[in-house]
Amino acid sequence: MPFQAFQPIALVNARLVDPARGTETRGGVFVRDGYIVAVGGDVTAQSVPSDARVVDCAGDVVAPGLIDMQAFVGEPGAEHRETIATATTAAAIGGVTTIVSRADTHPPVDDPAVVDFLKRRARDTGSVRVLPMAALTRGREGREIAEFGLLLEAGAVAFGDAGHSLRNAQVMRRALSYARDFDALIVHYAEERDLAGGVMNAGEFASRLGLSGVPQEAESIVLDRDMRLVALTGGRYHAASVTCEQSLEIISRAKAAGLPVTCGVSINHLTLNENDIGDYRTFLKLRPPLRREETRRALVEAVASGLIDVIVSDHDPQDVETKRLPFAEAEFGAIGLETMLAAGLRLVHAGDLALPQLLRALSSRPAEILKLPQGRLVAGAPADIIRFDPDEPFVVVPEKLHSKCGNTPFDEARLQGRVKMTLVAGAVAYE
Amino acid sequence: MSHAAPRPTFPHRHLLGIEGLSRPDIEALLDLAEEAVDVSRQVEKKRATLRGRTQINLFFEASTRTQSSFELAGKRLGADVMNMSVANSSVKKGETLIDTAITLNAMRPDIIVVRHAQAGAVHLLARKVDCSVVNAGDGAHEHPTQALLDALTIRRNKGRIDALTVAICGDILHSRVARSNIILLTALGARVRVIAPSTLLPEGIERMGVEVFRDMRAGLKDVDIVMMLRLQRERMNGAFVPSVREYFRFFGLDADKLKLAKHDALVMHPGPMNRGVEIDSSIADGPQSLIREQVEMGVAVRMAVLEALAQHLPNG
Repeated sequence: MPFQAFQPIALVNARLVDPARGTETRGGVFVRDGYIVAVGGDVTAQSVPSDARVVDCAGDVVAPGLIDMQAFVGEPGAEHRETIATATTAAAIGGVTTIVSRADTHPPVDDPAVVDFLKRRARDTGSVRVLPMAALTRGREGREIAEFGLLLEAGAVAFGDAGHSLRNAQVMRRALSYARDFDALIVHYAEERDLAGGVMNAGEFASRLGLSGVPQEAESIVLDRDMRLVALTGGRYHAASVTCEQSLEIISRAKAAGLPVTCGVSINHLTLNENDIGDYRTFLKLRPPLRREETRRALVEAVASGLIDVIVSDHDPQDVETKRLPFAEAEFGAIGLETMLAAGLRLVHAGDLALPQLLRALSSRPAEILKLPQGRLVAGAPADIIRFDPDEPFVVVPEKLHSKCGNTPFDEARLQGRVKMTLVAGAVAYE
Repeated sequence: MSHAAPRPTFPHRHLLGIEGLSRPDIEALLDLAEEAVDVSRQVEKKRATLRGRTQINLFFEASTRTQSSFELAGKRLGADVMNMSVANSSVKKGETLIDTAITLNAMRPDIIVVRHAQAGAVHLLARKVDCSVVNAGDGAHEHPTQALLDALTIRRNKGRIDALTVAICGDILHSRVARSNIILLTALGARVRVIAPSTLLPEGIERMGVEVFRDMRAGLKDVDIVMMLRLQRERMNGAFVPSVREYFRFFGLDADKLKLAKHDALVMHPGPMNRGVEIDSSIADGPQSLIREQVEMGVAVRMAVLEALAQHLPNG
């Protein structure tokens, strides 16, 4: 990644949105040597030094770049599905300046050498930042806790077994206890495996389609257990993906009790529901499954209120051979890095979220949870910045997306909101 | 029915399910099937409706009666019928359903009849071929020709379907027969009850317009039709119900329970039956049983479906 010094750049005549403070103002941002130097109404084309490149944003939004806490980047071991180069290209175009990569690679990210490999590959081939999440347990097998200390030193930002829920409560208890000593963040995919054997949300629609269902309890039972273990140990816990009302209640209680708990939701669960599966559309086969429309609305409200902290893309490229199968046999997962912002803006255009609320969940909250200096539009912060027109319409054409796989659930959807410029550490990653 | 009656029209290219069919669509198929019954009872059983047409029966799941019924139906209409069972095909060697569809499509069939273990598989295949597709059962989703033959059997024996009370009993959860029948019978005005232990009832079933009973005796009270479903062996021993003998005690159809239905109630079963599991032999072979007639109606209904779809074949 080009982190060396570049020409200073000034984005002027912009609608500045700082989600960390919840503010929206007119003005500009001046960037030099990878950092924001000045921001506000007095940053204009005239006020910046003459060596700076001046970009007139014509009223477009300028905001901190998005931080995606859950994306699969393919490396190492699944380069046919995605590479750091393709994932970060898609990310830059989608306004994502930091990706937290999933640990379910081959080999898994359970060794400092793999963290180091990812960092070097990101530096050499990536166009945005890639921060590795390391495995919670060795081999992601749920038996022995991973080397949190050494992995943190190598550059891991959090610990999660990505798609493998920890069945053994004693292992989870020890992981949380041990993580607390390092102030490490545990990211858990809460799923009771025996209850989660179905292929879509349990209910009337699954019954009509003749597909096996996954009830909310598959998620909430494990989340409930985890909250008790957080209370027991004091470890920092992030629920990777909450998708139902029961989970919202559990998280709400835990937060009210002051537990160090946060949670995320995928952009898919905020913008789609089980009915979108329609005639067995496998691109909408997700894990956890898309829920009912009422549930989707409850999730959106929870993002607005801040109960849900972050929105993730849950970017999961699957090659066409594993998706062009009968629904029950097809792989789970959808890509999302490139369309996350525009899909999220649907909620803003619908009046369900204010733009700063959306961007809080997409940048400042993930930064706070991961203890990153990004996610803020203030002098001294790293210059990971995006410029976008929230209104520009476009149709999603899978073949034109930049991921290696075209499994987008927004196939042919009309979205609004296009990124015009992405800066990472003050350098142009996309324009 | 008179052969001079106007040909009923059928506005669909495929038959993927009962869902999506209107009441006139269903009635048109049943009327066509009545004619096919007459044809099948003649010495000369052959018609020329599908002469020169190719019908492929593509069965990914083993089936004796449905496959032979479709084969006979196609042959009686004059089609060239090819049976492809998957046990000796490249599908077992890892070829995907879609590749199979594309390969078969290249052979220019006019109609493909498909059975597959997965719900939605027939829809997927239908999107990839140029010919008409008939769903012969997809997972736990639909089995439209079974529902049509059941409706025809009921209509011929009761004179109507409207306002009859039909109890569907047994493994509703895994049954495509139950789903197709619920949609069809409610569309034609029947009152449908489903009777099963809670472990064999799909979630939200009551929102499909049926009355739900967990007690077979209460559910059978005053019904006109008792439709039994097969319970797969692997589901009998602790997974969904504790044992065969417990299931038969509470959900098997015997003379004692059948007495609760109307005195002229008729008994149906899509086959193959597990005698002594879901139905007592004396009932299956008894005077109230329509099970053998269902098989005959099966051929007629499949002739009707093939004939209806033939209206949409190119140059047809």
